[in-house]
Amino acid sequence: MSEINETEVLEEVRAWLEVNWDPNLSLVEWRNKLADSGWGMPAWPKEWYGRGLPDGMVSAIEEEFQKIGAIGVARAGIRMLAAATLLEHGSQMHKEKFLRRILTGEDTWCQLFSEPGSGSDLAGAVTRADLKDGKWIINGQKVWTTSAHHAQWGLLLARTDWDLPKHKGLSYFVLDMTQDAVDVQPLRQMNGHASFNQVFFTDAVIDPEYQVEGLGDGWKIATTTLMHERRGADGLRRWAMGTNRPERAYVEEREEIAHAMAPYKWYPQRMGRVDLVIERAKETGKYDDPVVRQEIAKLLTLAKSAEWTARRARAAAVLGRNQGPEGSIGKLAASHVARLGNHVHTMISGADAMLTGSDSSMDGVIAEILVSTPAISIAGGTDEIQRNIISERVLGMPKEPRNDTDRPFRDVPRNLIR
Amino acid sequence: MSFSFTDEQTEFRSILRRFLAEKSPTTEVRRLMETEDGYDPDVWRQLSQDLGVTAIHIPEEYGGQGFGFVELAIVLEEMGRSLLCAPYFSTVVMAATAILNAGDEEQKRALLPPISAGKNRAALAFTEENGRWDSAGMAMTAKAVEDGYQLDGVKSFVLDGHTAELIVVLARAPGTAGDNGLSFFTVAGDADGLSRKRLQGVDDTRKLARLEFNGVSAQLLGSEGAAAALLTKTLDQAVTCLANEMVGGAEALREQALDYAQLRMQFGRTIASFQTMKHKSADMLIDVELAKSAAYYAAAAADGDHDGGEELGAMASLAKAGAAEAYMQTAIHTIQIHGGIGFTWDNDTHLWFKRAKSSEVFLGEPSYHRELMLQRWQG
Repeated sequence: MSEINETEVLEEVRAWLEVNWDPNLSLVEWRNKLADSGWGMPAWPKEWYGRGLPDGMVSAIEEEFQKIGAIGVARAGIRMLAAATLLEHGSQMHKEKFLRRILTGEDTWCQLFSEPGSGSDLAGAVTRADLKDGKWIINGQKVWTTSAHHAQWGLLLARTDWDLPKHKGLSYFVLDMTQDAVDVQPLRQMNGHASFNQVFFTDAVIDPEYQVEGLGDGWKIATTTLMHERRGADGLRRWAMGTNRPERAYVEEREEIAHAMAPYKWYPQRMGRVDLVIERAKETGKYDDPVVRQEIAKLLTLAKSAEWTARRARAAAVLGRNQGPEGSIGKLAASHVARLGNHVHTMISGADAMLTGSDSSMDGVIAEILVSTPAISIAGGTDEIQRNIISERVLGMPKEPRNDTDRPFRDVPRNLIR
Repeated sequence: MSFSFTDEQTEFRSILRRFLAEKSPTTEVRRLMETEDGYDPDVWRQLSQDLGVTAIHIPEEYGGQGFGFVELAIVLEEMGRSLLCAPYFSTVVMAATAILNAGDEEQKRALLPPISAGKNRAALAFTEENGRWDSAGMAMTAKAVEDGYQLDGVKSFVLDGHTAELIVVLARAPGTAGDNGLSFFTVAGDADGLSRKRLQGVDDTRKLARLEFNGVSAQLLGSEGAAAALLTKTLDQAVTCLANEMVGGAEALREQALDYAQLRMQFGRTIASFQTMKHKSADMLIDVELAKSAAYYAAAAADGDHDGGEELGAMASLAKAGAAEAYMQTAIHTIQIHGGIGFTWDNDTHLWFKRAKSSEVFLGEPSYHRELMLQRWQG
């Protein structure tokens, strides 16, 4: 294979965009062109809507899109996790049936992993898949499922063997979410929003060809999905910008973004909104209170130190150096910032902190901070799991002894509380 | 804004770390902290003449190496890590920086080369018995006399004040108050009318002295009445250096605590295998890494490398407050992880614990710096 020259590749994509990009196309029409040309997912293999280019070249290619305002493939929700998982583990049929419609945005996906009884301990899933008359029959419950209410397909982790140890008895399926045996209910959070769903299966059916890889491969494949989760989050940030331009493709993209982002309007508030603290303290007169000033300064110290730590980690990554401990502590640091932010906003607000909605400061934004920050310490790996990861992987401390991996799953003590 | 060290800086750090591991093991720290002078002249000579670290941030025209606060901060982080007992902070960080900020060209050419060469140990005397770190708290008077000035009053908490050969002193014109009328002066350590007494310190690795001035002859350093702003600048720079020294000490403790937890067996397991120890260790890592980030940022900012729109003094105070909390908390955790032996004199943890305590207070404890930081916050 001849060496790939980045300058030539960029010339090629520019030329292709010049000829093909047309904001008056529908989103689906345009994205089908991307899938056919491979420029939508340049690092994917040529036979599957990509161009087989190195990962390192992707951001330069995306810049060419941005320069002329060309829209990329659909990225909302967890569809990119589904795509990455199926690209790696899916059958020929899975790839043919699903990948293109993921990129065009025609199909929405959801991830059916977490259960009420297994959050941090994901491999403890008890949703069951039983083979009856040649079909997989699914029973159980999943939770914290983003987009389940409008998803066509779900990535399902379910137990197929109760006599094997927990990680070995799980299998991985693609589930048709539109069947009646799948009941999706919004899950109302303590802040009143319902960003996620719970999903109930009562004899839901999966044809055998919708199983991904073999029996007992579920945990291995789920690990692939989870590994792509971080990259997916980065993609979402890039994607969620949108523009105000009037052409058809832009209008449709704005609708797509608005639809996908609607459940997450409270997300900035859960981080603690350090940016509002000084301005709010000046408004309420608390900026002159020496006790409040101390707490504000503590918060600013923590938030700035966390920001600079993240930048140290990024600088190390850019230089290709081994990432030091600074790369592993961002999530826990964010929890601390959010918690202290909540504390400081409460001090600043005083009695007003008892009110919400239009009766409260900033039309409910402050109230939303006060009842949303606990999410940061739980979502995407609890603070406790983060500490385990840091102590084991960064500090080299031993794992705690376990009593759930050396015996049949049916003999593992399970939740007394459901 | 750079958020990483260059290869040269990393190499410089590892040379220093090797040198200090050899020259400042805790047996040496314990020996020197029992002495009156509190340092080893031979190690001081090697530090200045072989490694050149007394010259690090002094410009080349004054016999220095011409590096900046980032490199000075690396030296301090490594010295904090090894608890080096030496008059480095007093001489290089405080006195030399004050001379650089306040002295006129002729004075800098006269005073800085011997400091660069390690031939002159110096101290900065500004705090008095009221323990205030700000210029407005100074009461000592400088009366103009025929061939200079005459100082009267008491300075206290003076780092290495009992051994310094050159003392930079802050004093005010009689009848002035607040930030007005303040000037820097230089005084010889053995001047007539100056009586010096070492104070009994909690942290014997950092020697403090009380200096009583009775009609001591002094030379004006720089311009008369201009010292308030220059003291503030000097202290911002010193506080940044102290924050870096503290994170070095904190990291040393964090590593010692982890090493101990990995070896100590209880209930048939290493205590490192208990989740409560793992979580404590993870928290210690976060405390130290966040404090390091702020200390490094402040050092870069002191060299003019920062995001802009920021008041550098606010960054220095932020780094100091953060490092002080992190160092003290790490010291408390380290004793706790060691259990009973951690509270004994024979165990080394208390050496760092006491350094953490003196550092927490020296140049202003955290709540003082948080207030200062907020007063100077922009954005």
